Amino acid sequence: MKKSFAILATTATLACVLANGTAQAGATLDAVKKKGFIQCGVSDGLPGFSYADDKGKFSGIDVDVCRAAAAALFGDAGKVKYTPLTAKERFTALQSGEIDVLSRNTTWTSTRDSALGLNFTGITYYDGQGFMVNKKLGVKSAKELDGATVCIQAGTTTELNLSDYFRANNMKYTPVTYDKSDESAKSLETGRCDVLTSDQSQLYAQRIKLATPDDFVVLPEVISKEPLGPAVRHGDDEWFDIVKWTLFAMVNTEEMGIDSKNVDEKLKSDNPDVKRLLGVEGDKGKDLGLPNDWVVQIVKQVGNYGEVFERNVGQGSPLKIERGLNALWSQGGLQYAPPVR
Amino acid sequence: MADQQGGVAKPPFWNDPTIRSVAFQIIALCVVVGIGYYLFHNTQTNLQQRGIASGFGFLQNPAGFGIIQHLIPYNESDTYGRVFVVGLLNTLLVSVLGILLATFLGFVIGVARLSRNWLVAKLAMVYIEIFRNIPLLLQIFFWYFAVLRNVPSPRQSLELGDAVFLNIRGFYLPAPVFQPGFWVVPLTLLVGVIATVVVRRWAHRRQEMTGQPFHAFYAGLGLMLGLPLLAFALAGFPLAWDYPVLQGFNFQGGFVIIPELAALLFALSIYTAAFIAEIVRSGIQAVSHGQTEAAYSLGLKPGQTLRLVIIPQAMRVIIPPLTSQYLNLAKNSSLAAAIAYPDLVSIFAGTVLNQTGQAIEVIAMTMAVYLTVSLSISLLMNWYNRRAALMER
Repeated sequence: MKKSFAILATTATLACVLANGTAQAGATLDAVKKKGFIQCGVSDGLPGFSYADDKGKFSGIDVDVCRAAAAALFGDAGKVKYTPLTAKERFTALQSGEIDVLSRNTTWTSTRDSALGLNFTGITYYDGQGFMVNKKLGVKSAKELDGATVCIQAGTTTELNLSDYFRANNMKYTPVTYDKSDESAKSLETGRCDVLTSDQSQLYAQRIKLATPDDFVVLPEVISKEPLGPAVRHGDDEWFDIVKWTLFAMVNTEEMGIDSKNVDEKLKSDNPDVKRLLGVEGDKGKDLGLPNDWVVQIVKQVGNYGEVFERNVGQGSPLKIERGLNALWSQGGLQYAPPVR
Repeated sequence: MADQQGGVAKPPFWNDPTIRSVAFQIIALCVVVGIGYYLFHNTQTNLQQRGIASGFGFLQNPAGFGIIQHLIPYNESDTYGRVFVVGLLNTLLVSVLGILLATFLGFVIGVARLSRNWLVAKLAMVYIEIFRNIPLLLQIFFWYFAVLRNVPSPRQSLELGDAVFLNIRGFYLPAPVFQPGFWVVPLTLLVGVIATVVVRRWAHRRQEMTGQPFHAFYAGLGLMLGLPLLAFALAGFPLAWDYPVLQGFNFQGGFVIIPELAALLFALSIYTAAFIAEIVRSGIQAVSHGQTEAAYSLGLKPGQTLRLVIIPQAMRVIIPPLTSQYLNLAKNSSLAAAIAYPDLVSIFAGTVLNQTGQAIEVIAMTMAVYLTVSLSISLLMNWYNRRAALMER
């Protein structure tokens, strides 16, 4: 009896497995095309990067990356749906297929690129971790922070850099770890902690959300490299290429002086580089599985990298962040894209 | 007749009820095993295809982040495995304290609800109706963001005799520092507890034999408090205190209760106490009034009636639903993640999962912990329930 039972169980199991064959990962690009929009993971509210206004309309650099990808793929930057995620939730959301691209001021690290099964597609913003304190404390440097209580957002590289920095400098600290960036900013404001630490761009963004931004100051030290960029999951190289080249297209167009206003004019340009990039000559779009006018659509509907930067975090925004490291390589910055050729 | 009975043909085997039931059970089991295997296999293939790490090796890797409250020594270079233990202990701490506080509060309010004093009864009713009907998460936010955020900053701490301080960073108490020779105190306490148990048994026997009551309570108090105190004095007070001192940004030294723990503990116990109060009230009301009258006619005082007649019978009704409330409290403690209390869900199923990306392993471990904690509470309460249940003689 027992024996026959065991045999039966094994056969049933085997049959089940054979019938289903090997499990499919499911190509992301096919799924995106089929549903007709990109599901984009963004932050839970960070001015300049991804922030929903009172009408629920998202804007920011991270949002524009997704819009650009939609413009390239569908010819319509509006075909994006957004999923606001906390830092802790973001990787699981991408791994599990809940979102197609994670564009949520995420630092590119080796663990995330390998063990987490992600692929970073490039760097949208070169950032570094800093500290923000209340002016009343009279602290001028991060080196004076021994014994301080520090507010952080859970599940970020900042959480790890913070402990490295304090240990390296032989200082003690008390961490208070919140899930949401808003909560950690509020906690700085109410005095639960002395210091708020995060990427500097985030600190500036959080500061303008505080009731009295002028009472708070960002300390000069930058304690880490934080290259922020969009990521996709492993298993679909075509999709990876599209998101990657969307970003490169934005940087390349800025470099060639193509922007949302003059793109139609530039279509008539004699410059072979411009012709190739805009799809007047050659089949660069088709190679990527995109319409040939993909770059035109990106620039027309979203803008080149410089436009996106200035509009969201630069001089055209309340944040007024300088280009700095994020200027083009030809202007002393780090933004550099491989050529479309 | 006999011939006819014997002549009934044996039914074909597919109509045999025994074979049928066995066959269906085998098929059902096969399906379950098959689905389980399929899910396991599918997950593993997908993980492999996407290059996501798997296995439990990550528990040996250094965590690299700080934790505000740890009951065992912990620093950033410790492993994820240790983070798991730290989180587990924090969860247990808030659950155990919450259960104790909620039980105490619940019993007091449940009895108060039945008080003949109009004001007391109505106050208890208002308490129950308010706290039972507001979602727990809101109550946690209320305590954390509305109440505990309004205490002063470290420099303007509320203080009591330079030893106890209350500020937005926490409630600072002097911490005991045990000197050599302190071991006699817990030892004598143990002796006192054992002696009390012996005395109580003896008092019980004496009352059964002679009818003479003996106040074992006061004797026990003397044994459990007096003996250790005497030993403490004889050993030359081998205890020093580490006082919290304002140094730089914060108070250093002493013992601190962080506001995250306080808010979570308040919210959990106040919320659960409202349910326990109702359970206690229903339990007491389930004991027929005839029991009270019978006790009075035997000459028992009201306090004795409550303690010796009503409560023991009410406990039979109270314990099973009380167990559910304890389970709820333990599971609700996972709402800690909302206010930065470093419990298991917050730091292990949250931060560690995020750092390692190993969702399946981390979530499985977390689920196993909650299952184990809940089952242990259940087992303990069932054992207590069997003891309190009506003995049929």
